[in-house]
Amino acid sequence: MSTVLEVRGLSKRFGGISAVADVSFEVQEGEILGIIGPNGSGKSTLFNCILGQLQASSGSVHVDGRPVTGLRPCDLNRLGVSRTFQLLQVFPQLSVRENLILAGQEHKGTMWSRLIGRRDAGLTDAANRMIEFFRLGHLAEQKAGGLSYGQQKLLDAAMAFMAGPRLVLLDEPAGGVNLTMLGDLRERLRAINAEQKATFVVIEHNMEFVMSLCTRILVLAEGRIIAAGSPSEVRANPQVIEAYLGH
Amino acid sequence: MKRWQCVALALVVAALIAAPFSLKPHGIYLLSMWAVMSIAAIGLNLTLGYAGQISLAQAAFVGIGAYCTAILTTMHGWPFPATFALGAVLCFVVGWLLGYPALRVQHHYLAFVTLAFTTLVFLVLRNEEWLTKGIYGIVGIPRPTLLGWSTKEPRDFYYLCLIVLGLVSWLIWHLVRSPWGRAFMALRENPVRASSLGVDTRRYTLMAFAIGSALGGVAGSLYAPLVEFIDPTPFTLALSLNLLLMVIVGGSGYFVGPFLGAIVSVLLPEWLRVAEGLYLIIYAVAVMALMAVCPSGLLGLAERLIRPAAKKGAP
Repeated sequence: MSTVLEVRGLSKRFGGISAVADVSFEVQEGEILGIIGPNGSGKSTLFNCILGQLQASSGSVHVDGRPVTGLRPCDLNRLGVSRTFQLLQVFPQLSVRENLILAGQEHKGTMWSRLIGRRDAGLTDAANRMIEFFRLGHLAEQKAGGLSYGQQKLLDAAMAFMAGPRLVLLDEPAGGVNLTMLGDLRERLRAINAEQKATFVVIEHNMEFVMSLCTRILVLAEGRIIAAGSPSEVRANPQVIEAYLGH
Repeated sequence: MKRWQCVALALVVAALIAAPFSLKPHGIYLLSMWAVMSIAAIGLNLTLGYAGQISLAQAAFVGIGAYCTAILTTMHGWPFPATFALGAVLCFVVGWLLGYPALRVQHHYLAFVTLAFTTLVFLVLRNEEWLTKGIYGIVGIPRPTLLGWSTKEPRDFYYLCLIVLGLVSWLIWHLVRSPWGRAFMALRENPVRASSLGVDTRRYTLMAFAIGSALGGVAGSLYAPLVEFIDPTPFTLALSLNLLLMVIVGGSGYFVGPFLGAIVSVLLPEWLRVAEGLYLIIYAVAVMALMAVCPSGLLGLAERLIRPAAKKGAP
């Protein structure tokens, strides 16, 4: 097993506030790592720093041993690092299928081949498979903006997997998804994890979801890692309980 | 394309080819102007309608293209095809450079940056007399003879404009349907998400500006020999706003939008001339009413009328 993601001493300060303070961790190939913590504990900021959407104040990020600190999100994505968003981030005016083709097209060919090549970049079949996999088949031609919240959430996840990523960072995939769909989503994620050997890092507030999906969990509070371990270890950790319930 | 779209296209093309036989020279001139302005508006529609980058610089690119052709054909004896190509390339490069501010500022801030550029180009055209002859303008811009075909007569030059419009339309039709077009739309709808999916937002933004601007240059290269005399006054902010109006009124982000917008902007004022002094007022009220009723333009209005029960929300 190899280390897919390595974060070393990552910090992010906004003025005088330390949103993320000296966070270090590693993620092994095939792992599903959960990151939990109270609101405002720096989870999303940590994601944005890893993904190059925010510039970290200090520290470094390595993917497969390769330094990626400061890379643009699009370059990082083409190295096989994908993400989903906490809030809905689909392309509302494009159809479901177009959303998925877009999610894959920049991984094939060159700018030139995308200009004069096939309109779908040869991705219609792959998009259809992804649509089937996430059970969005009846919605393939519809504009993404017309889908229900849960369906858009599934589409958002499907887009992240479209290019066969090596590492996927999921920011609250279960947020606002109803119970039936939640079980569905968990099964989909597990299947992709097993079949594609994709490695996941998941931020989640839904404890039941995160405990049942993840193999290891980090707990963040006030920008620091206060605990790490298996779901059962974390659940029993008094520091974690204190961080969530307060003093 | 669907069948009815093919039929409609064939009818429109046939009508455009037949039109000059029943028109006086002034009518042919207006149709030619419609074709030229359509080309410039198609360019702006790519930048603004598809890629979502607001630009008030399109008039400047029409001006650059027009002056490029006017200066080189009248003073240096260049053949038209060469100046035409150079105008397009020049505007492509300048448009590319103008795209850099768009990487940092968006929306109305970007509008101001591009507005400043239009003003800058206008001042250069007016003040650099050694190059542009300033306010005296450039007279006697020749209409070209291409492969033995003289376009001196209005009808011939109209056909040249129509051919270029056809080529431009065909290219852009394919462009917006290629993965590039999809990336442009992604840029418009959600640049952050696009970037996280590997879309190089910087490169596509610059491309959207460069290609849109190059079409401004193409329009300018036709504008100069169409009018046969140019001075700096047509290339002010007013033309930029007029082109913006064409894109918005026609339907921003719709392929056919700029063609309709150019009809509204170039031909409608002429048709309203019967109302004499009132025509500008009628025109303004009509545009305001359209924008109030249907902000997505004529095509948005048509879409609403054809599909009144448009699917709203999810099943």
